Amino acid sequence: MVEILSREMLAENIWQTVVYAPRIAKSAKPGQFIIVRADERGERIPLTIADYDAEKGTVTMVTQALGLSTRKIVSKGVGEHFADVAGPLGRPSDFVHETMEELQRKRFVFVAGGVGTAPVYPQVKWLKEHGVEVDVIIGAKTKDMLIYTEQMRAVASNLYIATDDGSEGFHGLVTALLEKLITEQGKSYDCCVAIGPMIMMKFVTLTAKKFNLPCIVSLNALMVDGTGMCGACRVTIAGKTKFTCVDGPEFNAYDVDFDEAMRRQGMYRTQEQRALAIAREREQGHKCNIGLDK
Amino acid sequence: MANKIPRVPVREQNPAVRATNFEEVCLGYNLEEATLEASRCLNCKNPRCMAACPVGIKIPQFIEALKVGDVAAAADIIAQDSSLPSICGRVCPQESQCEGSCILGIKGESVAIGKLERYVGDWRLSNPKEAEVAASNGKKVAVVGSGPAGLACASDLAKMGYSVTVFEALHEVGGVLVYGIPEFRLPKKGVVAKEIESVRRLGVKFETDVIVGRTVTIDSLMDEEGFDAVFVGSGAGLPRFMGIEGENLNGVLSANEFLTRANLMRAYDEQYDTPIYVGQRVVVVGGGNVAMDAVRTAKRLGAEATIVYRRSEAELPARVEEVHHAKEEGIEFRMLTNPTRVLGNEQGWVTGLNCVEMELGEPDASGRRSPIEKAGSDFTVACDVVIMALGTSPNPLIASTTDNLETNRRGCIVADENGATSRPGVFAGGDTVTGAATVILAMGAGRKAAKAIDEYLR
Repeated sequence: MVEILSREMLAENIWQTVVYAPRIAKSAKPGQFIIVRADERGERIPLTIADYDAEKGTVTMVTQALGLSTRKIVSKGVGEHFADVAGPLGRPSDFVHETMEELQRKRFVFVAGGVGTAPVYPQVKWLKEHGVEVDVIIGAKTKDMLIYTEQMRAVASNLYIATDDGSEGFHGLVTALLEKLITEQGKSYDCCVAIGPMIMMKFVTLTAKKFNLPCIVSLNALMVDGTGMCGACRVTIAGKTKFTCVDGPEFNAYDVDFDEAMRRQGMYRTQEQRALAIAREREQGHKCNIGLDK
Repeated sequence: MANKIPRVPVREQNPAVRATNFEEVCLGYNLEEATLEASRCLNCKNPRCMAACPVGIKIPQFIEALKVGDVAAAADIIAQDSSLPSICGRVCPQESQCEGSCILGIKGESVAIGKLERYVGDWRLSNPKEAEVAASNGKKVAVVGSGPAGLACASDLAKMGYSVTVFEALHEVGGVLVYGIPEFRLPKKGVVAKEIESVRRLGVKFETDVIVGRTVTIDSLMDEEGFDAVFVGSGAGLPRFMGIEGENLNGVLSANEFLTRANLMRAYDEQYDTPIYVGQRVVVVGGGNVAMDAVRTAKRLGAEATIVYRRSEAELPARVEEVHHAKEEGIEFRMLTNPTRVLGNEQGWVTGLNCVEMELGEPDASGRRSPIEKAGSDFTVACDVVIMALGTSPNPLIASTTDNLETNRRGCIVADENGATSRPGVFAGGDTVTGAATVILAMGAGRKAAKAIDEYLR
């Protein structure tokens, strides 16, 4: 059982939860993730690590409540417990292994989309702590859906914001903003890291390609165990099958078969939607007459 | 004088009924049946059964005790060599071990040694005995993995007075006994949980959700957490795929994933949140126990279920009993059939499996006749789900995060027959050393390593 120390709504359906998980807090590195199981009947859900504090023994996660399991996770309040939090899983970001000399010569741009802003934060924070200058683009549908802007401002050299409806910052997609920074503002980067919805990562990759800008993406595939055991998270990288959980989650963006990855994310969509629909009906006090809720 | 009666049949759930539920198939003997079956044993002077047991259980002796109804004595005799009899009685391939060597089997039917062992093991679980635990010697041992190897090693060390902590990567203790072997073959509450409880009673501590190699490392356990020795029994959890076209279509999964969803996550029970998908027709590729477990699970979830195997029935590596049970439950077996391509629709979902017919040629390195493709024999099996049950290999996570821990070409940790690895103080045993094998071999390796760890630390 893992205790929840704090919980805060960051935007509609997006919650930040801090848990006491000292072993994970001590071992976590940028780029890694955790698996959370809300209760004894819960599903194992891979979630990004938004922050960690080895001294306090805390791990921060940001969850977008979309399905039954993520709704269960965000509904747990302070003082309550998750059945399980396991991690840190996956390989840390490659830059963790680079020499300081190499790193400090590099100019990074991070492109964060929606809830993907959360896992970008520990990466930018780590780079800042190691004296690396980093630009960050955060994108969201609208102003109210932006998260982690203040935290990011504290660690990024330059923070750029894009909203689809122009309610804050640049009016348009993160790809257009990235392109604008490079072509109109004379920005030049050595590495782009994109984390967000699969479709966004696909298009950031295409944009980066235009400028021959090396690009890394962090894939959010379906998983069960997260330790290399099940293979649910198979992705095709440069024509070869890899497991997101142990070979990733970060990959060279140019090598990723995004269309296959997006299709595989939908493997259990029918069952997930059915479970969610049943849960909603139950919340509204509906009792199924043909026993579907059994 | 031995009783010359036919082998006492064991009660089982009716196949038509059990193919729709997840309760245990075999109901086992009662005392009367067990005593009667025990009376068939010849008590050979030169017990070939015992020589064929990977851990050398004193089979004629425990059966002699059973003959007179002294189950407690039988349990004590088995306990000298095996710490998991109720599990091994259920999952050991008896036909190629003890029962396969029984003299009675030459002209008739061998003694049902597995069923007798199971009876004795279950009796002990219901009548637990306070084990003798030596006074604490103040030394700490970490056990990585809570499967059969880890459990056996941990309980022996605890009895010797060591302070033992078992680290399990998943959220439930038991390893393959929990995530791999289905409920209908090995009940989780009735058997596995009780076995684990008996290990707990020895004072062994369990920490779940600790992935050694990620959450902690072998080095951090020894250097920072003060463990004097480590036993690695992390199993062989990495699934293999065929590498054929269409293998990443929606609906193709490893048997590990399918079984983990069903067993560990209880996806077959609507009260649990984890989804599982079988569609109308499931094809399982492979012929081992895992393939049988997967195909029978698919059947129980309501699908038409088929085994596709590239050799003939005689070469099926699964336990004879599992094949027999699968057939009774209406599983279709397509032997001498090898998949060449998974077919899918425009949305990327599986629609079928392209196969070729095979014929058997000369024996290969494994001694089995190797299958050869019949030219022009392509055909398609229509299906919605393809489950690959092609074997597993050890997870590289521990070896890759532990300096100077030698592995071989197949990714197995190199260990001598007592479990000692290339790193002083680090021992290993079970599937992580041998590659995927049996519960009893893993259990045996765990016990040998416990002895070696004791010698190393004394």
